[in-house]
Amino acid sequence: MTQTGVAVVASEPGPAVPSVAPIAGRSPWRLAWERLRRDRVAMVSMVIIVIIFLLAILAPLVASFTGHDPDAQFRKTGLTPDGLPRGPSGEFWLGTDDLGRDLFVRIIYGARISLLVGVVATVITIVVGVLVGLAAGYYGGIIDILLARAVDVVLSLPFILFAVSLVSITGPSLWIAIVVIALFSWASVARIVRGQVLSIREKEYVEAARSLGSSDARIMLLDVLPNVLAPVIVYTTLLIPIVIGTEATLSFLGLGVPPPTPTWGGILSDSTAFYRVAWWYVVFPGTALLITTLSFNLFGDGVRDAFDPRADRL
Amino acid sequence: MISFLVRRILIGVLVLWLITVLVFAMFFIAPSNVAQTLGGRNATPQTIALIQQRLGLDQPIPVQYGKFLWNAVRGDLGYDYYHGVAVTSIIGDAIPKTASLAIGAAIIWLVLGVFNGVTSAVRPRSIVDRGLTAFSLFFYSMPTFLLGLLLLYFLFFRLTVGGFAWFPAGGYVNLGDDPAGWVRALILPWLTLALVSAATYTRLTRASMLEVLGEDYVRTARSKGISERRVVYRHGLRSALTPVVTQFGIDLGTLVGGAAVTESVFGIDGIGRTALTAINQQDLPVIVGIVIFASACVVAANLLVDLAYAWLDPRVRLS
Repeated sequence: MTQTGVAVVASEPGPAVPSVAPIAGRSPWRLAWERLRRDRVAMVSMVIIVIIFLLAILAPLVASFTGHDPDAQFRKTGLTPDGLPRGPSGEFWLGTDDLGRDLFVRIIYGARISLLVGVVATVITIVVGVLVGLAAGYYGGIIDILLARAVDVVLSLPFILFAVSLVSITGPSLWIAIVVIALFSWASVARIVRGQVLSIREKEYVEAARSLGSSDARIMLLDVLPNVLAPVIVYTTLLIPIVIGTEATLSFLGLGVPPPTPTWGGILSDSTAFYRVAWWYVVFPGTALLITTLSFNLFGDGVRDAFDPRADRL
Repeated sequence: MISFLVRRILIGVLVLWLITVLVFAMFFIAPSNVAQTLGGRNATPQTIALIQQRLGLDQPIPVQYGKFLWNAVRGDLGYDYYHGVAVTSIIGDAIPKTASLAIGAAIIWLVLGVFNGVTSAVRPRSIVDRGLTAFSLFFYSMPTFLLGLLLLYFLFFRLTVGGFAWFPAGGYVNLGDDPAGWVRALILPWLTLALVSAATYTRLTRASMLEVLGEDYVRTARSKGISERRVVYRHGLRSALTPVVTQFGIDLGTLVGGAAVTESVFGIDGIGRTALTAINQQDLPVIVGIVIFASACVVAANLLVDLAYAWLDPRVRLS
């Protein structure tokens, strides 16, 4: 990726070719966006992602159509006489869970947690990873060695076991889930960014900036960072579904956001005791989770292709 | 080569040591009420103090750490709080289960991933390629526990209800006792792990294969009139497999602790599930022992991959 936004407008159209329109320069960002817009799969995924976000944000409004609160237990109407979950019906669109709560309402409320953790943990991961990678790649020497060892340590830790242990010490909560995920994900971002920075810091424009007296921080943020943004953006879109899956896994193991707050992983965890009598209990939240991660992955693939058209798509 | 080897091993040892410090700091500095749990609700302060003394929890953390490290170096990871069983023998009992799970799954995903990757790469952008791509992405997007649950629902429960009790819901059967039962018990867990991982390998093989098939020597091989099949498998795949082997080594190392979720969905008492249970019981020696063992496996796998790489590609040794 070269420097952005250098418009190659023909500044003084010569008299010989007055009718030719000036060639408008298109930045790499613009080019990527134009490629992305032509990618039908990516666009459909984007629409689905937007819909999921809207459902999550407007969850109280959408839930008001059913008249059910996410935590309300409808012991009379929502459970069979034997006290088992009820299947999908006009009253409970996607059935009920074992406490007679409305699964549809709980699933759309669960989307809030998944997306919140997915986005916030990813942003923290990326910011930390980029800063570490920038510093390690730019300064080199002892800083690089120390940071590289830290990256090695984090990447060697058995993630799930460590995450579970950490949560067992602190007790589960939304913020702990976010912190734990970020704590174990920044290292791969740092590794990618460091690799990119190593080649960029040798470039002439970095040399030029330095000879003009720019500070290290200024060079890193204004000259180096913009040129590693493309891989970072690609990585970000592909990281979100992984983080959403991890949050669901933590909740499934009882270590995410504690009940009664609905989370997809938590609902699926509760469903394990009931899947034999209530298929909807496992299939609907599972589908919600799968549609979300799949859409982000398809969109992320599209973004990658858009930034690097030579890369073979998969 | 020797200096490269020594350097890599030293780094591995250093990383492992840092992990022991981290793990120890995390568990032993955190407030723990394990003595209270062990003593029961009616335990007097004296009893609790006694328990703490017996477990060595009354000593300063650095002393505890020093003892732990000294014993660990000699292959002694301590004893569990509840039954006094050696942590090494707990790990030893769990290894065959996790190994059965990991190796079986690894074979499936490797074969599936490489085969699909090659098939895709031979005809890029064809219907087959797109189909396999969609297939991979579908499973890649699925968190392991979800795939496990869905397989349990469809392949265990629905089939059993329908009169085809082919797969049990989980558990573990010793290979030595009943080989057929071993396979039957492990098929669903194998599929769970393999399908999720195969996608990565399909991707990797496809990309690497496409690159290799564009090389001059592949064109030379083709122009010699060698059959396409031979070109693809003998000339192409051979060099395309290098990144796949790297990934494979790392994944196998990670799987020692990483199969925890699959193990708990299917009730297999492997390394991961044992650790999860220990975490619930605050059984510190077991947790610390397993976390360090699992990390050591990752470090060892990375080391082996590096060595394999250096052996295959002399340029690596110099960097």
